[in-house]
Amino acid sequence: MSTPYAKLPAWADYGLIPLINLIVAFAVAGLVVLLVGENPLRAAGIMLEGAFGSGRNIAYTLYYSTSFIFTGLAVAVAFHCGLFNIGGEGQAYIGGLGVGLVCLTFDSILPWWLTFPLAILGAAAVGAGWAFIPAYLQAKRGSHIVITTIMFNFIAASLMVYLLVGPLKPANSMAPQTRNFLEGGQLPKLNWLIELFGGTVRSSPFNLSFLLALLCAFLVWLLIWRTRLGYEIRTQGHSPKAARYAGIGETRIIIITMMISGALAGMMALNPVMGDQGRLQLDFVTGAGFVGIAAALMGRSHPAGIVPAAILFGMLYQGGAELAFEMPNISRDMIVIIQGLVILFAGALENMFRPAVQSLFASISPRSMGVAASRSGGA
Amino acid sequence: MAENAIELVGINKSFGAVHANRDINLAIPRGTIQGIIGENGAGKSTLMSILYGFYQADSGEIRVNGKPATIATPNDAIAAGIGMVHQHFMLVQNFTVLENVILGAEGEALLNRSISRARSELRRLEKEYGLEVDPDAIVEDLPVGLQQRVEILKALYRGADILILDEPTGVLTPAEADHLFRILAQLKAEGKTVVLITHKLREIMAITDNVAVMRQGQLVASRATKDTTVEELAELMVGRRVLLRIEKGEAAPGDVMLSVRNLTVKDSRDCTVVKDVSFDVKAGEIVGIAGVAGNGQSELIETISGIRRAESGTVSLKGTLLDVTRHVDPGDLRDWGLAHVPEDRHHVGLVLPFEESENAILGYHDHPRYRKGPFLDIERIRQSAREQMTRYDIRPANERLKTANFSGGNQQKIVLAREIEKDPDVLIVGQPTRGVDVGAIEFIHKRLIEMRDAGKAVLIVSVELDEIRSLSDRILVMFDGRIVGERAGDASEGDLGLLMAGVEQREAAE
Amino acid sequence: MDFFNTLIVVLDSTVRLSIPLLFACLAGLYSERAGVFDIGLEGKMLAAAFASAAVAAVTGSAWLALGAAVLISVFFALVHGFASITHRGNQIVSGVALNFIAAGTTVILGQAWFQQGGRTPSLGAEARFNAITLPFAEAARDIPVIGFVYYELLSGHSILVYVAFFMVFATWWILFRTRFGLRLRAVGENPAAVDTAGISVAWLRYRAVICTGILCGFAGTYLALAQNAGFVKDMTAGKGYIALAALIFAKWRPVPAMFACLLFGFLDALAIRLQGTPLPMVGRVPAQFFQALPYILTVILLAGFIGKAIPPRAGGVPYVKER
Repeated sequence: MSTPYAKLPAWADYGLIPLINLIVAFAVAGLVVLLVGENPLRAAGIMLEGAFGSGRNIAYTLYYSTSFIFTGLAVAVAFHCGLFNIGGEGQAYIGGLGVGLVCLTFDSILPWWLTFPLAILGAAAVGAGWAFIPAYLQAKRGSHIVITTIMFNFIAASLMVYLLVGPLKPANSMAPQTRNFLEGGQLPKLNWLIELFGGTVRSSPFNLSFLLALLCAFLVWLLIWRTRLGYEIRTQGHSPKAARYAGIGETRIIIITMMISGALAGMMALNPVMGDQGRLQLDFVTGAGFVGIAAALMGRSHPAGIVPAAILFGMLYQGGAELAFEMPNISRDMIVIIQGLVILFAGALENMFRPAVQSLFASISPRSMGVAASRSGGA
Repeated sequence: MAENAIELVGINKSFGAVHANRDINLAIPRGTIQGIIGENGAGKSTLMSILYGFYQADSGEIRVNGKPATIATPNDAIAAGIGMVHQHFMLVQNFTVLENVILGAEGEALLNRSISRARSELRRLEKEYGLEVDPDAIVEDLPVGLQQRVEILKALYRGADILILDEPTGVLTPAEADHLFRILAQLKAEGKTVVLITHKLREIMAITDNVAVMRQGQLVASRATKDTTVEELAELMVGRRVLLRIEKGEAAPGDVMLSVRNLTVKDSRDCTVVKDVSFDVKAGEIVGIAGVAGNGQSELIETISGIRRAESGTVSLKGTLLDVTRHVDPGDLRDWGLAHVPEDRHHVGLVLPFEESENAILGYHDHPRYRKGPFLDIERIRQSAREQMTRYDIRPANERLKTANFSGGNQQKIVLAREIEKDPDVLIVGQPTRGVDVGAIEFIHKRLIEMRDAGKAVLIVSVELDEIRSLSDRILVMFDGRIVGERAGDASEGDLGLLMAGVEQREAAE
Repeated sequence: MDFFNTLIVVLDSTVRLSIPLLFACLAGLYSERAGVFDIGLEGKMLAAAFASAAVAAVTGSAWLALGAAVLISVFFALVHGFASITHRGNQIVSGVALNFIAAGTTVILGQAWFQQGGRTPSLGAEARFNAITLPFAEAARDIPVIGFVYYELLSGHSILVYVAFFMVFATWWILFRTRFGLRLRAVGENPAAVDTAGISVAWLRYRAVICTGILCGFAGTYLALAQNAGFVKDMTAGKGYIALAALIFAKWRPVPAMFACLLFGFLDALAIRLQGTPLPMVGRVPAQFFQALPYILTVILLAGFIGKAIPPRAGGVPYVKER
């Protein structure tokens, strides 16, 4: 068996090693900044200031984090079933359609607090539906879900463009977007929450969906670790053969998991569409689906890790926007690079530093590693 | 020429905290067949892996033909004339025999000449050692016995003078094993040295000149085979007198609990692996299915327990007919009183990354006792797991510990506890004590007898004939997908061996 | 006759459109046959496209650009190899990560070096791979049927096109007639067999991954220097993934891979031809449908045929010596 011969204490396993991975990712990103001719430390400083420097900045940071919590949870749920859902970007985009249709229909009839639950249902249903076909194909035909979900991202983009320049666009306008939602289709802002803690926010997109995101994080934890369905998902993810032995239907569990994943990704759309822009327009997802992958990997697919990871990336987005003003050479695409590096070091290379850390611990304190008393014989 | 083909001097090897080889000293004379026996985990495979360059010893020396040799990689071993036939064949399934033989010994960048050279050399080896095999056959189409011949040919092609065989007869019928032994005798006659690693005492007595016994990483004894007996070797292997048979009373069979009729099963490659099998298991008896691995037993019990689909035939559980040609839900089977301890506890019976308590409910997670609506009743589950651990002496008694950290025997007990605790009417057990240490073996065997005495129907599949003969009230022998014979539990090993080899049933019972 | 002409023109476009896919598909073949799943073809192609366009813009030499593209692509391939082979990491995660890194870095560097919003300057003809007229093509042009086919379909492609088709047969030969190919196929099926035969599994896989890098370098260069005239953000638009689907469709064999890529190219060419033309029953089809068509087709392909395709047995699974 290939278990490590000695183990690290839990805090090192779940805290230190991920931290080291993160630091290395940022160090490499710093190299790219150097390559572009800028000072990485100064860039980092501007980023931090831009993310947390004022009440308004914090509000923006949390606004972006909201989206990433949703998409991070989406990827995490799928990971637990052993599935890699890269389709969050497309599922979120299509989820916007669900939100938009609900808001356009009910915004004049219902108050926001009745439209909101309907919009949640709409977003979740459409997102789940978009994930259904790749899930079905993987379960029944063995079609690789990574490729199909990526394809569905592209298809979603084309579909939304078609809808927004055509059927959903008001007749007398040129812009590819729907009409603005009335009050019944807009979520209240949460700026007062920050002002409660002493910050001043005049205006920001930070809205109620943040609280929904936190609620979802809790519900995902409950689902995965405290329900029968969650148990089945985890069993399938660890060992499909054991799952079959345990009477868990493989097709059923793959489809259900992907639909939950798609639903969570779809709900991301509530944040920009209903919480900020107040209409459905092109490309409101801005890469959140992919950030979700990084957040899920960084957070080890656990909600308690995903929320901080999402906030970190929110910080990068907001800080990055400020940075783009000061250093025009470093655009939003820098975030994509950092995202890639985080995925690389927290995902594929996650055990790269483990041997070094293990040696360090072994030399300092062998007992803390729980090295068992010498046993003879093999496995 | 040196007297000893191989000398191992002071070999030590540790993997972390586990001292797999402790100060091994062994001399293997040239032109002999050396046996190395020991239980699972005694360190035999590690020692041979060091000899073959797979691992490096922590300390000690290897001498080949009297001269010290550094064996850091398999290449060094091959250069020193050492060849290895592995327990799990190192063959590329979709290559031809020739392609497998030349892999690593191609000799040049382009393949045409290598292939023709190999072809003529293979013909020569065939004649010399009786290793006939079609050089252009695709390996995955060959029966297991022939695949093993390809392994041997690979080693001989690269000029091996010293041949190590690791548990070679596990996958062979008695007849194929005999043929293998004749080949080994021929190799010995040609001056080659053979090292045979096995845990089967009968083989040691049959073919080896010398035998070394390993136990818990140490070489505890070295004998000339003619100077020892099976009993002495068994005792040396285990370290105490071994009860080869378990005490049990008479069986009192009742109603038929499980009934299989004309069951035919095909595998993923569309080969028929279970052919028209019919048998019954009654309450209060243990039925053992004997046979060499790969004769359809695995597929048979997988089909009965709902993991696999049948081509045709029926299975009845307590009188209820099950349509096994369609999907039968293992969950339903559990509800109806069937429990299954699978052959592969690592990938099927347990989810190793789970905590012990989570594995204690595998397959039973829908049970009313463990749930509160859609939620799992975590407290109840943990409590239940703790109780099981006490009753079955599972150590360490920590239900929060990851299952991967339990030993093989304890893992098997976790599975057994889980399945027995549900008080099933029919219990199916595949390879009850594979990879399990001796203390746990006795425990598990006792539990199975208890089940039988409590009026349950027990069906066991095992490749260990001793285990089958020790436990079963009735023995069914499977060969090539069919049941070729039924015998009482006290049938002789010779009789069973013939059936396992596919020899036609004798008319009268012996 | 007119139909015939149209057909040949469409086939000509087919060839041109399928080349990036073909290079990428063959690239993926080396990795996958060796047991390393590589979803990062997209990122390598993109990085290669950028590198070649950047170097071509600065030096004016298409060949230097090709060299740079290959170097960059091999670099990315080695990182993937490092993560997958040496550190036994999750190969899909590694591929996805590298795709993001490539996507972001190309735009950032493009902006920093050329200040054109992430793209490279438009390239003149001397810095690109231009069409080559095969001998006698002009003269043969007027010969009915054969000459026309020779002129239109076979001649007039850039040299990379001919290289691509040559690589199909070269790959077949390497895979089935050389020692390297035998070992490569073996390590994708049963790495333990290769290890016990005394061959280094890691080095073999690294060499496979380097081959992947080289061919992706060609793919990216073709995109930037032959098919277009420079690098544009995200110019690969999913071709790397489509190439992977084609590879699966072709069951990891070189010659069927060529046909699979030609099929995709043909459908692409057809879509371009039909765009804007009202179809018999449906009427005018929206442009976005044609944009989505290759992706829809990929999904259909994967849905329809994959059940029977058996990947290399050890594909995607890191090799660990069992204790």
